[in-house]
Amino acid sequence: MTTLPASTRNKLGLVIDLDTCVGCHACVISCKGWNTENYGAPLADMDAYGAAPEGTFLNRVHTFEITRDNAPPMVVHFPKSCLHCEDAPCVTVCPTGASYKRAEDGIVLVSETDCIGCGLCAWACPYGAREMDGAERVMKKCTLCVDRIYNENLPAEDREPACVRTCPAGARHFGDLGDPQSDVSRLVAERGGVDLMPEQGTRPVNKYLPPRARDALEAPDLASLCDPSGDQATGFLGWLDRALERL
Amino acid sequence: MPKPPLAELSPYVSDQIRKTTCYMCACRCGINVHLKGGKVAYIEGNRDHPVNKGVLCAKGSAGIMQHLSPARLRAPLKRVGPRGAGEFQEISWDEALQIATDWLRPLRDTAPEKLAFFTGRDQSQSFTGWWAQSFGTPNWAAHGGFCSVNMAAAGIYTMGGSFWEFGQPDWDRTKLFLLFGVAEDHDSNPIKMGLGKLKARGARVIGINPIRSGYNAIADDWVGITPGTDGLFILSLVHELLKAGRIDLQYLIRYTNAPYLVNAQQGAENGLFLRDEQGRPLVRDRRTGQAVAWDSPGIAPDLAHGVEIGGVTHLPVFRHLADRYLSSDYAPEAVAERCGIAPGRIRAIAAEIARVAFEEEITIDQPWTDFRGVRQEKMVGRPVAMHAMRGISAHSNGFQTARALHLLQILIGSVETPGGFRFKPPYPKPPEAHPRPHAGHTPGQPLDGPHLGYPLGPEHLLINDDGSPRRIDKAFSWEAPLSAHGMMHMVISNAHAGDPYEIDTLFLYMANMAWNSSMNTSAVMQMLTDQNDDGSYRIPRIIYSDAYSSEMVAFADLVLPDTTYLERHDCISLLDRPICEAEALADSIRWPVVAPDRDVRPFQSVLLELGARLKLPGMVKEDGTARFRDYADYITNHERRPGIGPLAGWRGADGTGRGRGSPNPDQIARYIEHGGFWLDHIPEEAQFFKPWNAAYQDWAVSRGIYDSVQPYLFNLYLEPLRKFQLAAEGHGHRQPPDHLRARIRAAMDPLPIWYPTFTDAETDPAQYPLHALTQRPMAHYHSWGSQNAWLRQIHGHTPLYVSGDIWAQHGFVQGDWATLTSAHGQITLPVARMAALNARTVWTWNAIAKRRGAWALDADAPEAVQSALLNHLIHELLPSRGDGLRWANSDPVTGQAAWYDLRVRIEKAPAGQRVSQPAHAAQRSPVPAPARDIAHQVKV
Amino acid sequence: MHPAPSLILFTVLSGLGFGLLVWLGVGLRAPTGLAAFILFGLGYGLAGVGLIAAAFHLGHPERALKAMTQWRTSWLSREAVLAAAALIIMAPHAAGSVFRATPLPVFGALGAALALATIIATAMIYAQIRAVPRWHHWSTPPVFVLAALAGGAVLAAQLTLAAWLMAGLGLAMALHWREGDRRLAASRSDVGTATGLGGLGQVRLLEPPHSGRNYLLREMVHVVGRKHAVKLRLIALGLGAVLPAALLLLPAGYAIIAFALSAHLAGMLAQRWLFFAEAEHVVGFYYGKR
Ligand SMILES: Nc1nc2c(c(=O)[nH]1)N[C@H]1C(S)=C(S)[C@@H](COP(=O)(O)OP(=O)(O)OC[C@H]3O[C@@H](n4cnc5c(=O)[nH]c(N)nc54)[C@H](O)[C@@H]3O)O[C@H]1N2
Ligand SMILES: Nc1nc2c(c(=O)[nH]1)N[C@H]1C(S)=C(S)[C@@H](COP(=O)(O)OP(=O)(O)OC[C@H]3O[C@@H](n4cnc5c(=O)[nH]c(N)nc54)[C@H](O)[C@@H]3O)O[C@H]1N2
Ligand code: SF4
Ligand code: SF4
Ligand code: SF4
Ligand code: SF4
Ligand code: SF4
Ligand SMILES: [Mo]
Repeated sequence: MTTLPASTRNKLGLVIDLDTCVGCHACVISCKGWNTENYGAPLADMDAYGAAPEGTFLNRVHTFEITRDNAPPMVVHFPKSCLHCEDAPCVTVCPTGASYKRAEDGIVLVSETDCIGCGLCAWACPYGAREMDGAERVMKKCTLCVDRIYNENLPAEDREPACVRTCPAGARHFGDLGDPQSDVSRLVAERGGVDLMPEQGTRPVNKYLPPRARDALEAPDLASLCDPSGDQATGFLGWLDRALERL
Repeated sequence: MPKPPLAELSPYVSDQIRKTTCYMCACRCGINVHLKGGKVAYIEGNRDHPVNKGVLCAKGSAGIMQHLSPARLRAPLKRVGPRGAGEFQEISWDEALQIATDWLRPLRDTAPEKLAFFTGRDQSQSFTGWWAQSFGTPNWAAHGGFCSVNMAAAGIYTMGGSFWEFGQPDWDRTKLFLLFGVAEDHDSNPIKMGLGKLKARGARVIGINPIRSGYNAIADDWVGITPGTDGLFILSLVHELLKAGRIDLQYLIRYTNAPYLVNAQQGAENGLFLRDEQGRPLVRDRRTGQAVAWDSPGIAPDLAHGVEIGGVTHLPVFRHLADRYLSSDYAPEAVAERCGIAPGRIRAIAAEIARVAFEEEITIDQPWTDFRGVRQEKMVGRPVAMHAMRGISAHSNGFQTARALHLLQILIGSVETPGGFRFKPPYPKPPEAHPRPHAGHTPGQPLDGPHLGYPLGPEHLLINDDGSPRRIDKAFSWEAPLSAHGMMHMVISNAHAGDPYEIDTLFLYMANMAWNSSMNTSAVMQMLTDQNDDGSYRIPRIIYSDAYSSEMVAFADLVLPDTTYLERHDCISLLDRPICEAEALADSIRWPVVAPDRDVRPFQSVLLELGARLKLPGMVKEDGTARFRDYADYITNHERRPGIGPLAGWRGADGTGRGRGSPNPDQIARYIEHGGFWLDHIPEEAQFFKPWNAAYQDWAVSRGIYDSVQPYLFNLYLEPLRKFQLAAEGHGHRQPPDHLRARIRAAMDPLPIWYPTFTDAETDPAQYPLHALTQRPMAHYHSWGSQNAWLRQIHGHTPLYVSGDIWAQHGFVQGDWATLTSAHGQITLPVARMAALNARTVWTWNAIAKRRGAWALDADAPEAVQSALLNHLIHELLPSRGDGLRWANSDPVTGQAAWYDLRVRIEKAPAGQRVSQPAHAAQRSPVPAPARDIAHQVKV
Repeated sequence: MHPAPSLILFTVLSGLGFGLLVWLGVGLRAPTGLAAFILFGLGYGLAGVGLIAAAFHLGHPERALKAMTQWRTSWLSREAVLAAAALIIMAPHAAGSVFRATPLPVFGALGAALALATIIATAMIYAQIRAVPRWHHWSTPPVFVLAALAGGAVLAAQLTLAAWLMAGLGLAMALHWREGDRRLAASRSDVGTATGLGGLGQVRLLEPPHSGRNYLLREMVHVVGRKHAVKLRLIALGLGAVLPAALLLLPAGYAIIAFALSAHLAGMLAQRWLFFAEAEHVVGFYYGKR
């Protein structure tokens, strides 16, 4: 049902720490693994061993380079999946109701049995978060692991998204961004979390923590460090003698 | 309003979880394999596992696709076409084992050294080594020689343990972390988890690497060093710290040989430690001014002054050290240009190290007692940790560079202290506690001892009376005296050249030596196929065990197909490369969580059966029948020494033995029950200062790590090196050949030095202005990843990354290709621009490029047609110097292959380039072509 | 955006069909008998062929009826509903004209309104997509509507009207291009906002997430189109509007009408190809492409 809920009880989403992500693609593959086996049709890989393999992935890690004036260039790894937007244009354009946003937690999902594979929702998404499955011809997207986070067949500690559970660097956080007291909300507040393309008016739930300042190590006041007087070995020896006496 | 569709919130996940150990790389994380109807449905990390604590990397998560790979071999293969073509006939195991037995039995009976058995990615080295020892050939080693023996040897010789996977930063306490030359490393997940911890705490990470990617991308500060110059940079930091007096004198006196007096007498003892009659090194006691044994109670060892004996002044190690590194040769200004780092930045980093080490000192309220019997109330730590890997190691100055780095760590007192670098058991273990290498072979008899070890002087070299090497790889010869891991990268070329002697059978296991683990790959393929005048092959026989259709398979005469990692028993043993953490002893197993669906067998079991057929000692009972049913039986019942076996957990008949105890028939079941691993925490008072901590030493003995307590001091000054120098200076009965004297003299300096890499020293910068490097992609393991349908989509080709300057200078545009030329060869590959790069460096991903026809990929797969290995540009020998000799492109101390010494020139490839070069002829695939599209889901 | 042939054909042909039906519905031309059969047949046929072509674009055409359900929010759904409604409502009028020679103007007018609404809905499918700034503008629907009405007028042999509509179409296209070229910048989206890293310096894609291609790149990033933009614009403008307008002002004749119509169709195919091919989706920022 493509009318967006006026508000959702919770706003579940991810917070991705760009200061910490090493770009290992673990989240990409664990997402692929979980979602190939679970939620709906498997994520297909076309021409899997051929010249132009093309598979469906719900989460992909891009790498950007930032050149700066008077500072060394930076490299930032940038994982991206569905941001579960509050004003999700992908939902409202869907002609069949296959795309919908859950009123209880804000998760945006596709009902694969209703999807006609028109692709319009993928066009409407500014973030490239939807991919048409090559074999099944239905729209695939990040489910925020809705089939894990409430899954009673999983132990409580595993009821979190596959990508979060697997991230070796701990760069992915999952929680309720609608609750200002939640860990994720606090993290966003502390670290100045941002929205992607706010000008697109989508109001994403997922937030990105920007990289911390880089290459800011200050040149020291050497004199304050210099115990041994002078730089000859003799000066050093004198210092050494005194220091050894103090031991 | 219509109701929204209901998502299935609690789908059924699996009917069984089997816990085993990942083997998509050598990190050995714990995995939960979810099965549905007996089929692998999903793999996730095991939260209880000490290595990964639940997380899993991309490779591990893609394990299912490796397990289902279409490149899996299906039955033993006998070559029917020419070598290298890939034409095989599938045969039965009986026939395969008979062939191998018929080839090997005469060798064992007449000339066991004619079997060269080398293993690559293998994690059963203690087992394969034991087999080779039993067979009697001296020619066995694993892959460490081309991997990171510089790191291992420098660490063990200097401080009884190394980076690599044998130690780790104190991730929970470190406040400043310096990472040298690491893209990924073996401790793949732990490093990422550790960096995550540092980031969560806001601790500073400094990345020293010509390339800012991966871990270096998240480094707070990036030092884009020029390759091969880390030693100089590190010694400049040492210079600054010494100059500022920011060193931990207490630590140096207590735990290192800094106070040892160095013999200044001219002659055969020169440069060795001054010793008393019992051979104890002497130090100067500041109170009496006398030279006394280092461990005399109640003395105040001097670091500043020496003693005069017979008119000769013998100075302490520390004085030699201070004199050397305080020299202005190591001043930041003097090294800046070479290293490509501004002097101000070197100073800033030195100052930050000093500040954190000494102003942010941390203490743990934990009393402990040192080996001298002195009780300490607290554990004092310097929260500066360092880690390094092949960026330092894979250079021809790597051993000394790694030594320099350990020197830096030790000077600030941050090894085995809280917040610093910590060993993982069974380390620390000083060189003396390791075996010496052995090569004594006799027909029909086992070798006279373990193959590999740590020589303490020329007397331990494996050479004949005429100085010629005793091993086919020339390990432990004058060419590479401390080649503690052997030199696998020299085996094929030496065997091909019949130098130092000819062999009959080359037996390889799990090493893609015809491709990405060889230098000069095209020539190596040639050597493997070269024939004598009579049409026989130069290397007469090649047996190979692989699990997949790799490039190496095509060159084997007999292929023994292995199981995948989910289909067999393995043991990750304390005798080998265990999974210990700094806090705990741990080992683990793999077990068949699913049965193979092909006619394949676990290689270790095959090796045991081969051993039984050859009647190798230890592998047959008195009645001549096989001693071990299979590898699982071996894991359970083999004893290396009485009470010590492959697995340390649940030993003894009742399963209570830890480390020691008789074999327990239930042992593997207990491991499986416990999630596939065993863990034994080090007592709190033994957690730090392990080499000197009495509680640790006692605990280590109780666990069978040592047979007796082994406290030792760190070797700032490495006396064994001096012994080799003395030989080069003409002392002793074993002396290097004349052409090696100068090199041994220079390279085996007992205090860390820096010299330009051999390639740098001999390269005309005008001709080859650039350095070329490879990096490991986090989502691929060497050549394996490309058969994995998920991983190959991430890294399917090898763009050559070049800096903006080079890009502009050559007028590259997107979509262009570049030709890269070294003194040895040329490759052509796609080119890409990257700013965050040392200006003199280009790089690409390691081991993505594939030979056509391998790995069950289409012949026009991007791995074959848009990718090239840098290996084609790297030679195992340096270019001829015109002295009639060919010098190895290896570290002169350890023989470590100098992969990263490569110098190149770049040109724009002619327009219209579509296919990478060199383009080798396709090999025939021994496995059927895979399905085009896949969508794997286990339906229940 | 990827210029999918099915979508190009669909928008051009069904536009033409509904355009014709508009004129037939309002009774600007009130054919009966065979003439009505041919003209209504043409209108229904073109609209139908277009819809079938559109169905080729679907992953699951067998579920196409579900597309009728979400008219509250979805322009695609509205288009489906309106198209069906137009064709149904128009049916009595068409049947009356063909079989009874009695047009039913109420059904005709209502059907025409629905046909016009269908054309607008088609245009709104594109115009609503903010992520494609070039489309997301009021100038998009006029192009679709004028193209449909002009082509329809030619088919309905309302040549003078057609000529004026062609002129209007020319203007609308020119306007759409002129505005369109500014839309991406006006959207304020760039790689900096896409990554949130813009404040740190110059942001550039270093490595795409996969070395292979993917659905997004295939569907949303089409860099080839812009290379031919000027040429195609001239063709679209010349063949699609100017030439037909000029031809239609000449003395009428079947050959000239046929010529004008084919020129217009060729021009519209070019325009539609370009409409997709030169439209930048902001997802391109994540791939270092526009
Ligand atoms: N240019 C360049 N070259 C390099 C390096 C570099 O940095 N740059 N690094 C070097 C280093 S450090 C190393 S360690 C080497 C690594 O090089 P290799 O040791 O050759 O590693 P792999 O390519 O992984 O090849 C291992 C082989 O084992 C096979 N295999 C995988 N699983 C199994 C199994 O379960 N059973 C059996 N029997 N076989 C299996 C694989 O199919 C493959 O053929 O590469 C070296 N080469
Ligand atoms: N994912 C994955 N993990 C692996 C492997 C794999 O293939 N894939 N292989 C395993 C094996 S066998 C090994 S040996 C380890 C190796 O682990 P690493 O040592 O991390 O491996 P490399 O990719 O060789 O990375 C070397 C790094 O050193 C840098 N470098 C090169 N020259 C210099 C230099 O002169 N100075 C400095 N400071 N840096 C330099 C390079 O830019 C690169 O970043 O990884 C292991 N782990
Ligand atoms: S990120 Fe894209 S797919 Fe996800 S809710 Fe937002 S618009 Fe929809
Ligand atoms: S592709 Fe499926 S989910 Fe997307 S808009 Fe079309 S019907 Fe809806
Ligand atoms: S939340 Fe689940 S579906 Fe979404 S990216 Fe993570 S693993 Fe994939
Ligand atoms: S798993 Fe974590 S560190 Fe790795 S790419 Fe994903 S977010 Fe980054
Ligand atoms: S690091 Fe990855 S591939 Fe290696 S053992 Fe761990 S999970 Fe497996
Ligand atoms: Mo290695």
